Amino acid sequence: MTTSEKYVTAAYLVFLAAVLVYLVIIALKVGRLEQDLAELTRAAREKRSG
Amino acid sequence: MGVAATGLLVGGIALSLLWAPEDANQGFSQKIFYIHVPIALTAYACFGVGAWKALRLLWTGDRRYDLESYTAIHLGVIFGLLTLVTGSIWAKISWGHWWTWGERQLVLFLILFLFYSSYFMLRYSTDPGSRRERNSAVYALFGVVLIPVSFLAVRIAGTILHPTIFTHEGANLPGSMLLAFCICLAGMLALAATLYRVELAGKRIDASMRELRELLA
Amino acid sequence: MSQYAADVVALARKDLLIELRTRDTLPAMVLFVVSALTVFHFALPGGSSARAETGLLWIAILFTGLLGLARAFAAEREQGLLDGLVLAPSDRSAIWVGKTIGVSAFLVLAELVALPAFALFFHPVTWELIAAVALADIGIAAIGTLLAAIAAASRSRELLLPLLFLPLAIPVVIGGVGASVAAHPGSFLGFLGLYDAVFAILSWASFEYVVTE
Repeated sequence: MTTSEKYVTAAYLVFLAAVLVYLVIIALKVGRLEQDLAELTRAAREKRSG
Repeated sequence: MGVAATGLLVGGIALSLLWAPEDANQGFSQKIFYIHVPIALTAYACFGVGAWKALRLLWTGDRRYDLESYTAIHLGVIFGLLTLVTGSIWAKISWGHWWTWGERQLVLFLILFLFYSSYFMLRYSTDPGSRRERNSAVYALFGVVLIPVSFLAVRIAGTILHPTIFTHEGANLPGSMLLAFCICLAGMLALAATLYRVELAGKRIDASMRELRELLA
Repeated sequence: MSQYAADVVALARKDLLIELRTRDTLPAMVLFVVSALTVFHFALPGGSSARAETGLLWIAILFTGLLGLARAFAAEREQGLLDGLVLAPSDRSAIWVGKTIGVSAFLVLAELVALPAFALFFHPVTWELIAAVALADIGIAAIGTLLAAIAAASRSRELLLPLLFLPLAIPVVIGGVGASVAAHPGSFLGFLGLYDAVFAILSWASFEYVVTE
């Protein structure tokens, strides 16, 4: 690959990497939200029956 | 929307890389523009949307708009950062330096990046509430006004401070290049819209969770 | 309409009178700008161009302005006057006008010392530079007053004000330095005028949103 081809590829890869990083962050966030929701549901149930 | 974004983007990139002809002067490196410029334009669009939501907040007082404005600007900063990075790579190819003050778009984005980073400082150092919402909204409006003012400033600065290098901004793209470019642009905007929805939903759920937790405590 | 003007005059007078009595902002600004110019002399290696020196003058003006702005709402904060002002029946944007006039006045007074000092330390000052400084003062005071009000609502106001201010001040520096050194300063002065008009209107219109609780 010529130099300029390498750099162009690098630019596209940076973009792709950014999108994927974003995806990962959102996935982690969704996981955390799921956990929180389960915890809160449990707390609500206890409150109900308590 | 997500499907459209993926299709448009992938198609656009494929077109630009494989099908569109090489630029006579710059050769293969010109192909960076198929993502660099759409990213830049998308960043502008995000800032515009952020400012519009901010205006709606001030106009109607509906507090929903605060989160929407914030999300749009957050996205704009991310795209702005990507603009600076891809632009820097392009500068490296063209002139061998990672940064050049002669490239107007890059300088403009640096100013905007600094401005909107201050926006985040503003939000983090002010306690949540209607005051923070209104202050953020006003600042977001200043940002969008700053865009044309800075553009003009950097343009006249070129005449005395640094030699302005007239570059790629030829609007005379041959048909095939233009098509590939437009598809990439559309794809990038669709991507931004998808990310916006996802992020906004995430933030809204966060807020609801907090409220739930307080109610149950 | 005349009630509005009367309010503005009253507010500006109040600031200037307080300053006359307490004398805590203006002497500091004057001393700061002269000290800064002195530091700049030592910061510039020998043989530096007149252009570089002019650029540094503009930096000094910016930071002197920030100093003055940091005090713009300080007195009010300490005495809870701003709440009293906001509750007053006047249109709140009159506060902005009054404060902007006050800050501009302080800046001009500080520059009455700074510009001769600059001419003495470095090189003579042209009319274009003076015009540019005058125009820049208006812009700095206009956005600075609004940003000071925004920063006043945060927990770290002294840190936040320069952060909010500097990106917006970049066009002012471009216009000011350009007008001071370029062969054709007209377009730069025109640009400064445009900047002032646009941001003054925006600041005036948005001030009330920033000071209401």
